[in-house]
Amino acid sequence: MEHSARQNVLWSIAIALVLIFALIPVLWIISLSFKTPATITDQSFIPTEFSLDNYKSLFEGGISDSPFIKPLINSLGIALITTFISIILASFAAYAIARLEFPGRSVMLAGALAIAMFPPISTVGPLFDMWRSLGLYDTWPGLIIPYLTFSLPLAIYTLVAFFREIPWDLEKAAQMDGATPFQAFRKVIVPLAAPGMFTAAILVFIFAWNDFLFAISLTSSDASRTVPAALAFFTGDSSFTQPTGSIAAAAVIVTVPIIIFVLLFQRRIVAGLTSGAVKG
Amino acid sequence: MSQVKAAISDRARSERRLGWLLCAPAAIAMLAVTAYPIGYAIVLSLQQVDLRFPDEGGWVGLQNYGAVLSSGLWWTDLFNTVFLSVISVSIELCLGMAIALVMHRAIFGRGVVRTSVLIPYGIVTVVAAFSWQFAFAPDTGFVNHLPLIADDKDWFGERFSAFAVIIMAEVWKTTPFMALLLLAGLTTIDDGLYNAAKVDGASAWQRFTRITLPLMKPAILVALLFRTLDAFRIFDTIFIMTNGAQDTQSVSILGYQQLISRLNLGLGSAVSVLIFLCVLVIAIFFVKFLGARQPEGSNA
Repeated sequence: MEHSARQNVLWSIAIALVLIFALIPVLWIISLSFKTPATITDQSFIPTEFSLDNYKSLFEGGISDSPFIKPLINSLGIALITTFISIILASFAAYAIARLEFPGRSVMLAGALAIAMFPPISTVGPLFDMWRSLGLYDTWPGLIIPYLTFSLPLAIYTLVAFFREIPWDLEKAAQMDGATPFQAFRKVIVPLAAPGMFTAAILVFIFAWNDFLFAISLTSSDASRTVPAALAFFTGDSSFTQPTGSIAAAAVIVTVPIIIFVLLFQRRIVAGLTSGAVKG
Repeated sequence: MSQVKAAISDRARSERRLGWLLCAPAAIAMLAVTAYPIGYAIVLSLQQVDLRFPDEGGWVGLQNYGAVLSSGLWWTDLFNTVFLSVISVSIELCLGMAIALVMHRAIFGRGVVRTSVLIPYGIVTVVAAFSWQFAFAPDTGFVNHLPLIADDKDWFGERFSAFAVIIMAEVWKTTPFMALLLLAGLTTIDDGLYNAAKVDGASAWQRFTRITLPLMKPAILVALLFRTLDAFRIFDTIFIMTNGAQDTQSVSILGYQQLISRLNLGLGSAVSVLIFLCVLVIAIFFVKFLGARQPEGSNA
């Protein structure tokens, strides 16, 4: 198809607009994070003076006094453990749904869909009360358990879609060629299933990394408070200074690695996010 | 013959057992933190439970619901939530559709567009909320420096200008998801239909309204259902930007304040149960009246 110069120009403008709109908040928070206290209120989009002070202040005082190190460790640990358990449980369920004939298959899928629509705030009060009597309040498991619940539907739907595409007959073929069932599983099925599991793992990690409601409701200290919750409690150096600079620096630290990760694996993420919907 | 049958049903039975066994852990994990707590929330909502006054208590029937439903605050917050949901989901649908069409019919730059729509998806909602808040704040923000905008406009000092910023942040964060779901629907449409319509002399707009929209109805409804329910839970953005000041509170913020800030589990649980019922009504509305179907429906 031939395209006129005018079409190409319009197209470029549309792409540029999308790109600018997507990038503005990211560039803005990066810009803020490099501003000095004196220039943070200068309202300019590009810093006039660069400094790393906002970043240094986040790590000052080491693990015990820094307002940021412990929440960062909590965020990483809680999100990684959630991802690991969620993917294992979801793989079991997705394998059964994709491969086995049993009554209750569609109930399981419909149930997972219902959980995906469930309003988390409705469980916050009871969990707060239950966790306090069970000793789970303000602990890692206290956050991991609800994250598991609300990430499983996403993981199950993604994995079922991927598992349905796997040519499972290859397993039998490998066994006919003399492989043991375990070899057939490890050398044939695992490599085929791994991309789907990896995709589901990225989506679950981002979900757990992003949560704010449970993180502020079920924690009360740095023992388990994650970064999004900690950001809401950041204070300035004195009661007269705004913590804008430190919030911006902390925001950049938790954002940039995820963005790089998302961009590296963008094809997988798009496939994962739409896998449940395409099949419908 | 009967032996063969027995062997088959044995196999079927063990397959059934394996299926249940494999699904059980996930099912338990999902029910433990939803079905049980919502049941517990219903029980709590029928009692007077205030952790600041642990000695008082007891069953009060529907009194908590009466208190919530007769307060202006609940209705204001419900209006805010519905208002924010309807406006932001409508904008997202239009923008998402435009982006999906751009990605689908890309002359060039499809990769750039996909990359840029994924950036908001990867960013923590709280971080995005802070960034937009700092951008619009009168002291730090660059927005008031832009032409056509008053230098001293206090965006968060007034209800509807605060809503505008909140909606913008929500649209920014969640349009990518909408666009990707719609793109998935677009790719299922047979190109031959467009070519045939073109031959018959249909304009681009006619092709969009007569072919694209009707065929995409299922994908649009699923995307709308998910985004509407998601928008209805709005919490993070409002908490960071205004924390409910200037009457910008959502129902989720109201629930949080009753439960966690005021430790009034009875009243808070009544709010929680009412939110749950709202979500149920929205889901039933989409499924029954608009015919949205379970995404896996046709190939399960």
